Amino acid sequence: MKKSNQLVGLGFVIAFIAFVGISGLLFILALAKEPSVTYAYAGIVSCMLLMLVFSLAKKTSKTLKSYLNNAIAILIIIVIVYPLIAHNKSPELFPFLGGVSFKGYTTGIFILICINIVMATSLNFSTGFLGQLVLGHAGFMAIGAYTAALIANILFAAGLPIFFVIVLSLLAGGVLAALSGIIIGIPALRLRGDYLAIMTLAFAEIVRIIINNLNFTGGAQGLTGYASAQIMGLSKETFSLYVFFTMVICVAFLVLLARSRHGRAIISLRENEIAAESVGINSTKYKVTGFAISALVGGIGGGLFAFHMGFLQPSMFGFMKSVDILVMVVLGGMGSMTGSIVAAGVFTWLPELLRDFDEYRMVAYAVLLIVMMIVRPQGLLGVKEMSLSKMVRKIRAKLLKQSDGNLMEGGDE
Amino acid sequence: MAILEVKDLTVNFGGLVAVNNFKLNLEKNELVGLIGPNGAGKTTVFNLLTGNHEPTSGEILLDGKSIVKKKPYHIVDMGIGRTFQNIRLFGNLTVLDNIKIAHNGSMDYTFLDGILRLPKYWKEESEANKECLALLSVFDLDGYAYTLASNLPYGQQRKLEIARALATKPKVLLLDEPAAGMNPQETSELMETIQSVKSTFDIAILLIEHDMNLVMGICERIICIDYGKIIAEGLPDEIKKNPEVIKAYLGE
Amino acid sequence: MENFIQQLIFALRIGSIYAVIAIGYTMVYGIIKLINFAHGEIMVFGSYFSFLLASSGLNFIWVLLISMGLTAILGMVMEKVAYAPLRKAPRLSALITAIGMSFLLQNIMLLIFKSEPKRMPELISMTPFEVGGVLIDPITIITVGLSVLFMIILQIFIKNTKPGKAMRAVSQDTNVAALMGINVNRIITLTFAIGSALGALGGILYSLMISQIYPTMGIMPGLKAFVAAVLGGIGIMPGAMLGGFIIGAVETFTKAYLSSSWSDGIVFLILVIILLFKPAGLLGKNRKDKV
Repeated sequence: MKKSNQLVGLGFVIAFIAFVGISGLLFILALAKEPSVTYAYAGIVSCMLLMLVFSLAKKTSKTLKSYLNNAIAILIIIVIVYPLIAHNKSPELFPFLGGVSFKGYTTGIFILICINIVMATSLNFSTGFLGQLVLGHAGFMAIGAYTAALIANILFAAGLPIFFVIVLSLLAGGVLAALSGIIIGIPALRLRGDYLAIMTLAFAEIVRIIINNLNFTGGAQGLTGYASAQIMGLSKETFSLYVFFTMVICVAFLVLLARSRHGRAIISLRENEIAAESVGINSTKYKVTGFAISALVGGIGGGLFAFHMGFLQPSMFGFMKSVDILVMVVLGGMGSMTGSIVAAGVFTWLPELLRDFDEYRMVAYAVLLIVMMIVRPQGLLGVKEMSLSKMVRKIRAKLLKQSDGNLMEGGDE
Repeated sequence: MAILEVKDLTVNFGGLVAVNNFKLNLEKNELVGLIGPNGAGKTTVFNLLTGNHEPTSGEILLDGKSIVKKKPYHIVDMGIGRTFQNIRLFGNLTVLDNIKIAHNGSMDYTFLDGILRLPKYWKEESEANKECLALLSVFDLDGYAYTLASNLPYGQQRKLEIARALATKPKVLLLDEPAAGMNPQETSELMETIQSVKSTFDIAILLIEHDMNLVMGICERIICIDYGKIIAEGLPDEIKKNPEVIKAYLGE
Repeated sequence: MENFIQQLIFALRIGSIYAVIAIGYTMVYGIIKLINFAHGEIMVFGSYFSFLLASSGLNFIWVLLISMGLTAILGMVMEKVAYAPLRKAPRLSALITAIGMSFLLQNIMLLIFKSEPKRMPELISMTPFEVGGVLIDPITIITVGLSVLFMIILQIFIKNTKPGKAMRAVSQDTNVAALMGINVNRIITLTFAIGSALGALGGILYSLMISQIYPTMGIMPGLKAFVAAVLGGIGIMPGAMLGGFIIGAVETFTKAYLSSSWSDGIVFLILVIILLFKPAGLLGKNRKDKV
């Protein structure tokens, strides 16, 4: 038992290093010259296959298997999606596709979906996990976006490589948003339920109005010409990789945190605050932490948005933006990260799909929203999470026509 | 020396004296019952002991240290665990997670350990799993470890709440009407559980209960309060015969 | 000094509009604990009704009463169709439904009336008169007068009539009220009807003030009226009125004496500060969770 645990730890560290290493390699190669993308791609595929071998090996522990499965799933997405994205720009890279590719427009939607996943999962952390209704998530997004844009300007002018410009600016945006999350988290301790929700709404409006009135943020006209992805000379195709991997890291961060002792403490506050305090959970500390983490990731999402858009206006971060994100969270199911991811995908893509019906588009969207809530008030997934390992185990159990009761077993997956 | 010492505890809710000069000396490994008619202030005494209410005056010493004006979660860390009259479980979480949340104070890996899944995380989590499952097995709940707490039968929920309070490793356990809503069969099982908890975990227990069979059956000493005041204190047999107590329950 | 009084009069006018709209929010919240996000759009519907009726040449009183009646019906239909099925659902689901309803109404208006602003007809034209150097527009007096009149009627209704008492009972405890033989569904419908009618009144007065109507015009006054309701203590009717006048005053005076681009920010800042000191609003009681 002990030994297998050590093995899990070791295995995980190896898998993690491999994952980070390979994705880092991909970045560097992709940044160098486009033809190298083929090599990076080959690297990813082989890394994936290696993980698959480990995952199928009998000796590998269950926990490690589940990590590997998830990593493989993530890589499968990029292995399938990336050629479709890159093919558009340089058809010679992936000759096997024979002309099938995303249009630049579709790549744009892919990027927006990833950004919205970051926004929705981060809001879900405070609203679904901590259990505090937040109506001002766009405020954190705005702080992250403007900070990232302004910092990127400085760093890019200083001649830093693009990779570092993006990473550092995103972090700066996230940290500043997290600080503001703490600032609003502390007074929020005194407020309950709807009053807290209104407080966050007011906070976001104040942020928007401050940005509107400052000079260095461009005021109401907005901020343009800063070091966005386009201005730094990053193609939409390459930038989509940044967005995708940032999204993966953000979601992994939130999920792993939620399944640690700190995450459990935060969830216990949602379930019953008085009971949580009665078993020694420091409600003050964990509430503020919950807000800060939600804001941190929300700020990073805002930063991605800034790099993607190329121009920022305070009106982009109004009350309606907060509502848009909240709709994704509630429709996906509060407390379900999987739900937020699915809903962010569907509700970014759907309005685009309905674009042909233009005038009736928003009416249809609104009707759908209402019908959805009446039919499934708990959201698509409720608090359920989809777990790859459980699915794999279920399928295997079905194939072997024997259920050995392992399906009930929880643990980290 | 008494593990829990309460001196002249008084609380005033906007003119209403809910608890008046309450005194208590709870010895190590003692089981004391707190009884009284509805609205006598029993639960308020608990809330004062756990920091949910702040006393107007008086002193509470746990192991010689004052716990007055401390936050509920600090008091838990110092060694008082409790259950609630109306069960308060983490309903959407598994039985095991309910216990693990209470076990939080015994773990100390950091955020970074948790997010990066560093060795310390694995070590402490697997230890926690083992300890919590062992605790559940004391209450015959280990079979339900991965069931959602809200799906447990009522009697098991009561037991889970006691188990959860014990997971905080208290020196003093406060049980607020543990037998409420139980049938005689379940109640007698509960009596055995409480007594075995007392000896296994070597803790002092203060319990509020209306079920006189339970109170008289297991309590070593009984305190009866009415209108926030102690009206009688003594051995179960003395309390049974005490005219003040009979008056409080039955009226003149 | 004249300027100050001029501003004060203006503050009264905008404040009474916010107060009337805020009552709609607070009534619905008091009864079913729902932040009715669609209330702002209900208000705009009221304005459009009055616009259509006024175009057909009816006089002011009839325009007002018929628009309020039509909007009340709209509010009841909305409640029956969208909110009633969610009575037992988690509160957030109802909130999202309200947001959906707000989208829906807004876009229906966009489809019917298009996004270009319509000129609001001058339902009543009277020349402003001067009192001691202060210019007073009769419409201001009408606005404040009508708002106060309807607030008084509502207070009397709630304090003294049977349905009014039932309404208070339902807001105290829905289940117990039902056990006492109160038809809770009917009371909720009635609440929506009254709230929506007052919303229409607010909408008409508001569009008379800015002399135009457009489908998205409800968002800002809706939000501010909502802030007003929270400021006074949501669910408490006098609180909504007080909050409305406070927000109106803060907005008017910051616009006049500080800066117009910061005025909305200051409105929200005051909300934050008041909530910090009075976590349940000015007139709300801070109830601690019972252990």
